Formats: sequence, structure tokens, C-alpha cells
Amino acid sequence: MYAVFVLVPILLTILYSFYHWNGVGPMTWVGLKNYVSVFQNPNLIETVFNAFWLVVWFSFIPVGLGLVVASVMHRVATGRFGAIARTVLFLPQVIALVAAGIIWGWLLALPGLINQILEAIGLGAITRAWLGDFDWALPSVGVIGIWILLGFCTVLLSTAMAKIDPALYESARLDGSSWLQEFLAITVPLLRYEIGVCLTVTVINAIAAFDIVYVTTAGGPGNSTAVPGLQIYILAFTQRAVGLASALAVMLMALVIVIILPIQRLNREVSL
Amino acid sequence: MSKQRLSILLISLLVLASLLLSACGGNTATPVATVPAEANTEAPTVIPEAAVPNCGTEPVVMNAYFETGFDTIIRLTEEFTNQFPNVTWDIRQDQFANLVSSTPLLLSSDNPPDIIRLPTFVTFAQDGLLMNLDDYATAFGWNDWPVPLQFARLDADGIRGSGTLYAMGLNYQLTGVFYNKELAAQIGMTEPPQTVAEFDDLLARAEAAGLLPIMQWGSARSGMGLAFPLQQLMAAYGPVGPINDWIFNKPGATIDTPTNLIAAQHLEQWIEAGYFPPDINAIEYTDAATRFGQGEGVFTFNGDWQNAAYDAAMPGNVGFFVMPPAVAGEQPAAMSGPLTYGIAANAVHGDCAAFFFNWLATNDAARQINVTVGGSNPGGPAGAVIPSVAAGSVTAETLAAGPVVGSNAMDFIANATSAIFAQGWTPELQKLVAGEQDAAGLLRAVQEEYERELSQ
Repeated sequence: MYAVFVLVPILLTILYSFYHWNGVGPMTWVGLKNYVSVFQNPNLIETVFNAFWLVVWFSFIPVGLGLVVASVMHRVATGRFGAIARTVLFLPQVIALVAAGIIWGWLLALPGLINQILEAIGLGAITRAWLGDFDWALPSVGVIGIWILLGFCTVLLSTAMAKIDPALYESARLDGSSWLQEFLAITVPLLRYEIGVCLTVTVINAIAAFDIVYVTTAGGPGNSTAVPGLQIYILAFTQRAVGLASALAVMLMALVIVIILPIQRLNREVSL
Repeated sequence: MSKQRLSILLISLLVLASLLLSACGGNTATPVATVPAEANTEAPTVIPEAAVPNCGTEPVVMNAYFETGFDTIIRLTEEFTNQFPNVTWDIRQDQFANLVSSTPLLLSSDNPPDIIRLPTFVTFAQDGLLMNLDDYATAFGWNDWPVPLQFARLDADGIRGSGTLYAMGLNYQLTGVFYNKELAAQIGMTEPPQTVAEFDDLLARAEAAGLLPIMQWGSARSGMGLAFPLQQLMAAYGPVGPINDWIFNKPGATIDTPTNLIAAQHLEQWIEAGYFPPDINAIEYTDAATRFGQGEGVFTFNGDWQNAAYDAAMPGNVGFFVMPPAVAGEQPAAMSGPLTYGIAANAVHGDCAAFFFNWLATNDAARQINVTVGGSNPGGPAGAVIPSVAAGSVTAETLAAGPVVGSNAMDFIANATSAIFAQGWTPELQKLVAGEQDAAGLLRAVQEEYERELSQ
């Protein structure tokens, strides 16, 4: 089963990337031409830069913010309030992304709730169609990513924090440490493994993003939010350039490996 | 995270990509453009049923695959069963995106559909997955019908516009300019404009009156709606032939022509004048239609498939005209063509499917459903009478406008290649709206994308 559903599709994807094929008709061997085409198409290269930019929103901010939120909850909200807060933050994880994307689309529209709130508090000058603005569409998608992934990071880090020996914090407090000093000297070092897990998952979410982008902007306006996953979809299902889509998919996988391996190596060194 | 977990994550990513690829399909976007047949009053030719392919008298279960959300075809299948009780239907419906990605798999399966909605057909025809309808066209006399069947033909070189017939129209749609009658009266519009200059004057008056001149959609999800006014302007300033040549992929065809540049610059002027909503790049097709129905916008470019919704939203208050020419007295042009359905090459009930296609355009009840529910011209033989519609409805106006266009019909520029809308027109027009692209750059970029796609 593993071979049929995992190994064979991987090998087939790599194989297709060397062919010109529309998915139905005869396949024509083209060697590395599909890979060359990816590099020659500025639209495809632009999607990779967008993916890197999304890493900031989908990974760095949720992990950083998750650490802070988990730490604050660990310190001041350990009871029922903490459980409620964790549940609320985790809720986006159990909501279908397609539904969430549609609702976010409504919220961020020009007549949407977010602009109405901005108008009400006197910030009407900055209202805009957030998902249709060249400068703000990608950050807006990024905010949706934060909303989705913050809960995951917070819950994972909170769970790990609960395992830290309280005596360490008590000792630090007896020595007069502030919250920030505790956070930097105890919490962060002891959570490096979990932070590595969060980074790994969220970076993959960013680089391989598809669903939330497809539902909210479909890559627009003007390719400003286009990501490799979306281009693979368009190439394969719209343009029916299966070989080219496969080449981009293989390159996307390679990109993920190149980015994730250093994180894994760092984790391994820490755990030794 | 262990190396094993990392491997699983990476493998999962690849599997997702692989599954996407192994299920690949084709596509275009949004509804196809249109040109209805002229109506006249002669009786249609009646072909003896026994002389042509038909559904016989034995029980037949038609395997059909349609697009979700379109009642017309469902109502027509129900009426067909009423008239031919031996024929029942096994209908599967899918959203547009799923339909286009599933079509190649269904057509090449062991149980291919007898009738299938075909937003695009070129690659399927080239791969031998669609039935050649030439014999049926001869048997039923479709070649003599005054409808633009050339849009569903493909020659041996893979060029559309002539050659073998691979699809038939459920109906023949027409695009143009819809207007809010109350708002139009406010700006002093007493009759539809006769030239582009007169239309410009109306738009300026709407802007001066504090009204939104044109409601249009423009999100990437829906596909950029400014392609409609752009193509109408192209046809106003130049002939439709080169535009169709480009759409049909004729060798050497280009969209980057002097007259098209004038059209694109004219659209750019409309954008700069604030004639479109400021949030157009985020507006979905359905939202634009709803907002126009609620009174936002004096004009909107759209097609007659929207008639029923407009009539429901603002009964008696919607008018329609085809885009006027640049020079008074010249024949107007419009995006127009068949809403295409085809038959799988290995369909079990090909004869019955062809009979159904013929029935759609020749049976009075079917034609009435097509007009009443679908809002478009049902086509059919020369002399076929256009079914009656409610007086004052916008459907009455679109049906009346069809003959004005006559042979000056164009397919939609979004149909030139399967991805030109998503990869070319939509992003470049969105850039034009945002001032990140100019008219010349728009045409150049789209032509480059067109050539890139055709070379792949």
C-alpha cells in the first residue's frame, strides 16, 4: 500500500517531469526542458519569491507569537481561562480552510466588516479591498495564515512548556529574574525541539500553500499572491501541461528539503 | 522532529502533487461568448424521425455530466423524458473547476458520458476522446442552420473555426451592455448609444452625476471581467476576423495589433476616469451581478445567461444593447457562440445524444425552456420561430439584439488557450487597473503568454 500510494506517485511525478504530456495523449520525452521552462518563465519564479514572503507570515510570526502567547498563558492563565484561550486559538485548525477562506474574503472586501470597523474608529482613509490591492493582498493572506497557524503553535508550545520543571522558574524568580529573562533563559532554550517542529510544519505550510490562496485570491491581483502550489494546479488542471507541472512540483519538493534540512539539523544538534 | 517524520511530511507533499497531476484535466474559464441565430417566420424543416439517428423505443439510460448550478439543461432532460419515456437520465453534476479537471478522465474511462458539458474541446478532440459529429450534422441538417457552429469545429492542424464538428450548442449566447433603466434615465439616456463616442458621453455623464458608470467584476477567482469591455472595444475599432483568428490559434495570429492597442488605450482611459468600481480587482462575478441588481452601476458588460437573474432582481428595469461601433452606421459586433456540449468518442448512446441535440433546437417545448430558463437563443434551422418571452423582460431585448450582430460574432478572447484567461488576461488587466501596466504592455504580455502556452 505504501508503495502504491506513496512511492509510485513520487516516482511518476519525477518521471512525468521529463516528458511533454497533456495527461491523456501520448507522452514525449523532452529531457530537462520542463525544468528550463520553469526558470525561463518569470511568473513561475515570482511565485517562489511570494512563497518565501509567506514564510514570514505563516511561520516566523505564528511561531514567535505562539511562544509569547504560550508563555503568557503558562504564567498567568493556567486554569480554566487558559484552557478556554487555547481552545479558541486552536479553533481555526478544525474549521475547513475553504469555508474560512470564503469568510475571510467577505471580511476583507471593501464593504466588509474590517473596513466598517476601520471607518467606525476614524481610519476610513486606509480602507481598501485588501485582497484586491497589489501591496496588501499578500500580507492579508499572511494574516489569514497567522490566524490559522497561531493556535497550532500555541497549543504545541504550551504542552511542551507544561513539562518544564517549575523549579527552574522558581529559582529564576528567587534570583530576581523578570518575565523576559525567564522567557529567554529558560523557556526558549528548553523548547527548541518543539520550536523546530513548529517551524518545520509552518514553513511547509507556507511554501506548499495552496488552499487558502486558491480560495481567497486565486493568486491575484496580477500574480501578487501566486504561489508554486497554485501554479502547479493551474499548469496541471487548467493548462494540462502535466510535465511542466511535475517539474515545478519536483522543484517545490527540493525547495522544501533545502529549507527544512537545516532546521532538522539544528534540532538534532540541540537534542544531542 | 525525527528524520522519519520529516520524510513522511515531504512524501505527503509529493503525494499531493502527484495526485493532482495524475488526475489532470483541461480548462478555460467563465461562460463562452455568443451570437444568436436570426429569427424568421418560416416553418422549420421537419426531418422524418425514422430517417435520422434517434433514441429508439427500448429503454435507454443516458449517462450525462453537467456543470452544477445550471437549471436549463436539467429542465430540458426532464422534458425530453416526458416526450420520450423510454429515455431516462443518469446525471452527474460538478462545479466548473471540478468539471474541467475531471473531463479527460471521464472521457477516457470505460463508462464515458453520452453527453458532457465542454467548456473547451480542442485537446480532447485531438486526443480522440470526442465523437466526430459530422455525420450527425449531415443527417440532421445542422450545417445549414444559421448558427455559429464554426466555433465548435477543429481542423486537422488543430486550428478552430473550420473542419470537423466536435460539439453542439445547447443554445447560442450573446454578450453586450446591460443597463439600469432608471439610472440611465437620470443621466438623460433616451436610447442606446449608436457609437463609442456616444457611449463615452453617457459614461462621463454618469460619473458627473455621482453614479458608478460601469459595474464589473475583476477578481482572479472569477476571471477578470474587464476582458468583456476590452474585447467589445477591440471589435468596435477593428474587424472581428483577426480576433477570431487569434482565438482559433491560426498561425501568425497576434492580439498585439494597432486597432487592439487603440481599444486597450480606450479601456485604460475608462479606468483612469474612475468608471469602474475602485475594488474591482477583488469583486467576484456573482457579487458584481448582485450589486448591479441592487442598483450599483448604470451599465455592466455581461451575457444573456444572466438575464433571468437580472429580471428577478430588477424586473422591468434592465435594458440591453450590443456594444456600438466606433463609426456610426457600421455593423456592431459581439462576443457570441454556442454553449457547447459533446459526445464521448466511446459513448454507448451516441445516436440518442445527437437526437437530443437536434431536439433541443427543433422542439417547441425545448426551445421555450431554453429561452425562458436559459435566456439565450435556442438556434435551430432557418425559419425557426423564437419562442415568446415576457414583454419588458431583458430576455426580450437580448433576443431582439441578436440579429443586429448577425455574422459579426466573436468567440471570447479568454478561450484562445486553456489558460490564457488565468495566466494572461486576468493578471495583466488587474495590473492595468492598478496602474502597474499600460495598454501596450498589456497586449505584449498577453501575446507572450499566448505564444508560451502554444509552444508548450
